[in-house]
Amino acid sequence: MTSASGRPVVPPRAPAPPAGPPVLATRDFHLYYGPVHALKGVSLEVLERSVTAVIGPSGCGKSTLLRTFNRMNDLIPGVRTEGQILFGSIDILDRGTDVVELRRRVGMVFQRPNPFPKSIFENVAFGLRMLGLKNRGELEARIEQSLRRAALWEEVKDRLDRSALQLSGGQQQRMCIARCLAIEPEVILMDEPASALDPTATARIEELILDLKAAYTIVIVTHNMQQAARISDRTAFMLDGKLVEVDDTTALFTNPRQKLTEEYITGRFG
Amino acid sequence: MVRHFEQDLDALRGLVLQMGGAAEAIVQKSVEALKRRDAALCKEVIADDRMLDRMEIDIEERCVSLLARQQPMAGDLRFITAALKISNDLERVGDHAVNIAENAQRLAAEPPLKPLVDIPRMADLASGMLREALDAFVRGDAHRARKLCERDDLVDDLNDQLFRELLTYMIEKPENVTRAMELILVARNLERVADLATNVAEEVVFIAEARIIKHNVEEMVSGQRRDEDFGRT
Repeated sequence: MTSASGRPVVPPRAPAPPAGPPVLATRDFHLYYGPVHALKGVSLEVLERSVTAVIGPSGCGKSTLLRTFNRMNDLIPGVRTEGQILFGSIDILDRGTDVVELRRRVGMVFQRPNPFPKSIFENVAFGLRMLGLKNRGELEARIEQSLRRAALWEEVKDRLDRSALQLSGGQQQRMCIARCLAIEPEVILMDEPASALDPTATARIEELILDLKAAYTIVIVTHNMQQAARISDRTAFMLDGKLVEVDDTTALFTNPRQKLTEEYITGRFG
Repeated sequence: MVRHFEQDLDALRGLVLQMGGAAEAIVQKSVEALKRRDAALCKEVIADDRMLDRMEIDIEERCVSLLARQQPMAGDLRFITAALKISNDLERVGDHAVNIAENAQRLAAEPPLKPLVDIPRMADLASGMLREALDAFVRGDAHRARKLCERDDLVDDLNDQLFRELLTYMIEKPENVTRAMELILVARNLERVADLATNVAEEVVFIAEARIIKHNVEEMVSGQRRDEDFGRT
């Protein structure tokens, strides 16, 4: 095929195939905080072993959406929902759902690192002990594995019995990630995991996320859209409780389909 | 810890080098086709140019994606924007090689006008300049980049010399005109390849020193400091 000038026209590169089947999905999902309609008919798929970023201005509902995936919104009084949240093929809103098991398989990392006032060892061991693991040797092995996966082992291997509160902010956050990894989740939800950290610590967390996605499905809420651009495979843009657009990250940041998305990412909002 | 971004930059660097090698090769092949009066080789040149087109598009897509996703700063930003421009220059080298191959095809259909002396010399100089420019690119060597621009004058001189010589052929006999014109066009295309190599060299200086030195040959050769530091008034 040649253009008018006689030069060959090379067809545009086909988009990379999605990372895997959807692990999580919301179907026409609504959420109300009392009378406030916080999520409006959100239908979003999260693909396996990929990083999905959710961006949008404050109050758009992104953290609320994140918390639906492990039913953390149950802990807020007055919450009412409609629609489905699927984990695999199961609707996690069904009455019979084992919420504790759900929260093991769908782990969460929060904005402010929240180490327990215990040693590093006991922090990471906590979830494992709750699951009934008693054998010291196996505990140690699992803890080392988790700390290695969280890129923290080399820094703490000689002081596992020291208090986790003595770690720097960035180290505490990586320890929280290790704590989450120890109980072998399939999905990791991250709510602004680096916004309380300095730029160097942030960069380390971002590199860690890029490494982790080989084995885990990650959903990250961030107010920093440059961060979303750097580390995510797919980006979802939310505004006022609605999902405006979700697409391959490069496509969304170079050629968004919706005018609202273009206005937001070019900083023309408000 | 090798950052993922570093790996992307390395991959981009490798692609530009690969494209540079292909551009150098296509120039040599087109002149070889001319010397050997080889129609099949001419067709190969055209196919090789399509590969250069594809590489340019690949590099462009990667650069745009990196700019959108990584918000590169300083040296990384200069490198990515320069890579965009270099790939464009190298793609045009391919187009000039195709022109030469087309000239060669037409010349092969007629008896040779004269032995080829200046054209192979121009080709060697031009592809040598390309190679030097890409070497400088790999090493971030602005000094080397500046030096190679001196050779552009040699290519220009050969072009003028050949033009004057072919003029005499045309004046001598009208039936020489067609073939002489084809050879003049070949020389012109090689002269353009040398210019494109100096463009690449200018981009290398920009990456390494954040100096814009285009359109100013004297400054380039002497390497004198000027108030052209990028971003500074």
